[in-house]
Amino acid sequence: MALRNLRVVARDVPQELSRRLIVIGGLVLLVVALLIARLWYLQVIRGSDMRLTSENNRIRLTRLPAARGLVYDRFGELLVDNRPSFDVVLVPEDTGDRAATVAMLAHYLDEPPADLEARLRAPSRRPPYAGIIVERDLEWEDVVALETHQLDLPGVTVTVQPRRSYPYGPLASHLLGYVGEANDRELAEDPRRRPGDIMGKGGLERIWDDELRGTAGGQQVEVDALGRRVRVLSEVPDVPGDTLVLTVDRDLQTIAEEAMGEQRGAIIALDPRNGDILAMVSKPDYDPNLFARGIRASEWGQLTNDPWKPLTNRVTQGQFAPGSIFKVAVAAGLLAEHVVTPQAHVFCPGGTQFGNRWFRCWNRSGHGSMNLHWGIVQSCDVYFYLNGQRLGIDRLAEYVRRFGLGYPTGVAMPHEAAGTIPDTAWKRRRFDAPWYPGETLSVAIGQGYVTTTPIQMATMAATIANGGTRYRPQYVKRVEAPDGAVKREMVPEVLGYADVDAAVLDEVRSGMRDVVMSERGTGKRARVPGVTVAGKTGTAQVVSLAEASGRGGRERTRDHAWFIAFAPVEAPTIAVAALVEHAGGGGGAIAAPIVGRMLSRYFHRIVGPEPDAGD
Amino acid sequence: MPAIDRRLLTHFEWVLPLLVVAAAMTGILTIYSATYTPALVGPPALAMRQLAWLGAGIVAMLLATLFDYRRLDHRAYLVYGIFLAMVLAVPLVGSVGGGSRRWLRLGPVAIQPSEFMKLGMVIVLAHYFARSDRTHHDLRQAIPVFGLIALPAAFVLIQPDLGSAALLSVVSLSMMLVGGVRLRWFALLALPFLAVAPFLWGFLKEYQQQRILMFLDPTKDPLGAGYHIIQSTIAVGSGMVWGKGWLKGTQNHLDFLPEEHTDFIFSVFAEERGFAGSAALMLLYLAIMVRMLVIAGRARDRFGLLVVVGVLATVFWQVLVNIGMTTGLLPVVGITLPFMSYGGSSLLCLLIGTGLVMNVSMRRFLF
Repeated sequence: MALRNLRVVARDVPQELSRRLIVIGGLVLLVVALLIARLWYLQVIRGSDMRLTSENNRIRLTRLPAARGLVYDRFGELLVDNRPSFDVVLVPEDTGDRAATVAMLAHYLDEPPADLEARLRAPSRRPPYAGIIVERDLEWEDVVALETHQLDLPGVTVTVQPRRSYPYGPLASHLLGYVGEANDRELAEDPRRRPGDIMGKGGLERIWDDELRGTAGGQQVEVDALGRRVRVLSEVPDVPGDTLVLTVDRDLQTIAEEAMGEQRGAIIALDPRNGDILAMVSKPDYDPNLFARGIRASEWGQLTNDPWKPLTNRVTQGQFAPGSIFKVAVAAGLLAEHVVTPQAHVFCPGGTQFGNRWFRCWNRSGHGSMNLHWGIVQSCDVYFYLNGQRLGIDRLAEYVRRFGLGYPTGVAMPHEAAGTIPDTAWKRRRFDAPWYPGETLSVAIGQGYVTTTPIQMATMAATIANGGTRYRPQYVKRVEAPDGAVKREMVPEVLGYADVDAAVLDEVRSGMRDVVMSERGTGKRARVPGVTVAGKTGTAQVVSLAEASGRGGRERTRDHAWFIAFAPVEAPTIAVAALVEHAGGGGGAIAAPIVGRMLSRYFHRIVGPEPDAGD
Repeated sequence: MPAIDRRLLTHFEWVLPLLVVAAAMTGILTIYSATYTPALVGPPALAMRQLAWLGAGIVAMLLATLFDYRRLDHRAYLVYGIFLAMVLAVPLVGSVGGGSRRWLRLGPVAIQPSEFMKLGMVIVLAHYFARSDRTHHDLRQAIPVFGLIALPAAFVLIQPDLGSAALLSVVSLSMMLVGGVRLRWFALLALPFLAVAPFLWGFLKEYQQQRILMFLDPTKDPLGAGYHIIQSTIAVGSGMVWGKGWLKGTQNHLDFLPEEHTDFIFSVFAEERGFAGSAALMLLYLAIMVRMLVIAGRARDRFGLLVVVGVLATVFWQVLVNIGMTTGLLPVVGITLPFMSYGGSSLLCLLIGTGLVMNVSMRRFLF
């Protein structure tokens, strides 16, 4: 046919090239013939079979969500579980008379039909024939009612899905986090996610989502004309997520939460030998089970509009003035830089004049003659005003940073805050203003521009306790496959060294010991029978918050109570930081007893048999 | 040379554009059906967008006939360089869609540089093989060509766009064969490739590996890629002789294919138009390709001939791979059906390519 025209007209084209065109022509003909033959085979020879198959083609793909990995505490107590949940799934294309079916379903579920309709409209980009979950977590009676009336309910099925379950409710909720359906942005971020997938949204559920999520399976199901499953044609089973074994001690966590009671604040306990987190409390908290079953708009609104922000993890995100607990890091700087000797005395008359301002000591009648040891034990402000001034802001800042302040601790939690350790460079950057010497006095007692997070304070206490090694706080001990095989064992990670002489830390530890153990100490209420405890109290003034901020009112201007501790002093195995927000009392009165209760439980659990209920 | 020479009008190529626009219109009607749902108000948006792209493409096709194509011969490396730069820009500033980064956003439209790269490749290879008088080349002359091919192909592969990378390669290899690189050199080159293939396997994304494995045994995982092949085959077969009729297809509304308006447009067409329509469509493609061959045979110089062969090879391989895939003969790789599948850049580039072929045809008597 047309190939006859392949005569070479142009001068510049060799014969050889044109001959190749003929080969191409042959190839084109061959391929088109082959494809037409294939079409003939499919559409004519096998056509009626295929037509029949397509008419009966009621094969649906259903995704089997994977069960998320379990979470255990260090002693094997189950903290996060899965349980079966019966969900009502409706496939609108299968309902026939949709309005009638929805009305009937609403009748059995005892809900207004309009509510169901609203939920059916919600998914924006649903592929046809994909089911919509209209009701989660049915009561057993409702399951029975729907199953027995299936004939009245074309397109409605009840499916069993694994649902996240937190057996202790709000216990350690900020550590554990919560789960929810992936939103549009999260779907775009990861092609493995599908609409309707459950993913970690906060806490360890979010940070360890890759380990916990597992791999969804799928089923190829044949359905009848009413959309009911006839049989499963093939199935790819889901692979459950990995198990996390935490370093957290559930009993210690429980006692810490009980000790905190209705107060707001944070508690964090670490093992100073390796950075393992033993307990992490942030109050107020929330119940992650609400998220697991699909949080209602009203509940979500309540959580996000609460002025005390229950979703915020105060341990890692709350930034507070540290008050006097800051003095222990300053004290290390004073000794290390030889600004003071352990013996050098300062006289405290109850305050000191600097420039035109009177800086008062918390003890207005004065502490009298103070050295470093007693300055720590009695938390004398004047001692730190005068010597902090001599150390100077930049050296002071450098030393407290060596204990981990001013930087995130690196704990694997979302949005960890860094706190603020001011110095002259910071002041210039932030306010474009020089540093005023008077400001150093406030900083030396942990006030002024200084802010820290509770986890930084616990890290500081642990670093002092273990002789100067700063570990990354971590809460996962190991990752196990669903069959129990260990996939990853977490090892302690050293982030840095305080790099001060052992004698300096000995002196600071000795002061902290007497804070609790001496009769004149401010932290006596953290004592535990049979154990030498070291600690430091702090009462941070909250001055800058205006009362006009509305709800909360006067309460928002009350002081924060702090207490840090480690024990036993001889060979510390636990370091704690506790903060009670707007406590209306000092660290010694409010925060120290909380830590005392925790330590008491901690040491009795390890040393002796389980004590009786109560403390 | 004046843009409109009287002889140009006399020799204007009518047949090819008519055939090509017929294929594109068929495509738009099929996209309409594939994206149609009863609940929709007005015509489906994608079909309307494709119609707009067709309009723009026809203008571009006519523009591509206005200048003497030999000017491209002199600027072949420039054209290649510009399109290569666009491909290289994708990982830096490209936008993501469907799990890979393939698009560049230019104002309101997103273009896919890998499509333009095919045109650049055709022009640069035509230039390379047209410059010498030899009709046979040995390996030494072919080696720089492999560099020209491998660079864009590698960058397209990592987008990841396995289909486009493979297409770029086979079109280039086809041109090399026609350009005179001997078949036996390819056999020789195939050896090291086979040796590194297991390593390349590791570079493929998991879903790409899945697709290849699925082709080897479609029944292995009926939930994944194999399911698509099975369902597409059922769709094609169920069209029988006369088809179910326009908008009457059922398979495509079962959501068995995520890309029914792009890669799987043919299965929608075949279901609705039956063997009669499918065979007619195949004959339409045959006519397009034969017409291009005729134009190639009449080309006045080697560069023109090779450009036409390059455009022809693009159409040929895409038709073969796409229809082979939708009828279960070949693995699922993301290659569109030329002129029919939804996709602005693809249609635009094919129409520009068609314009170049017309350009060669119209200037066959001018020296």
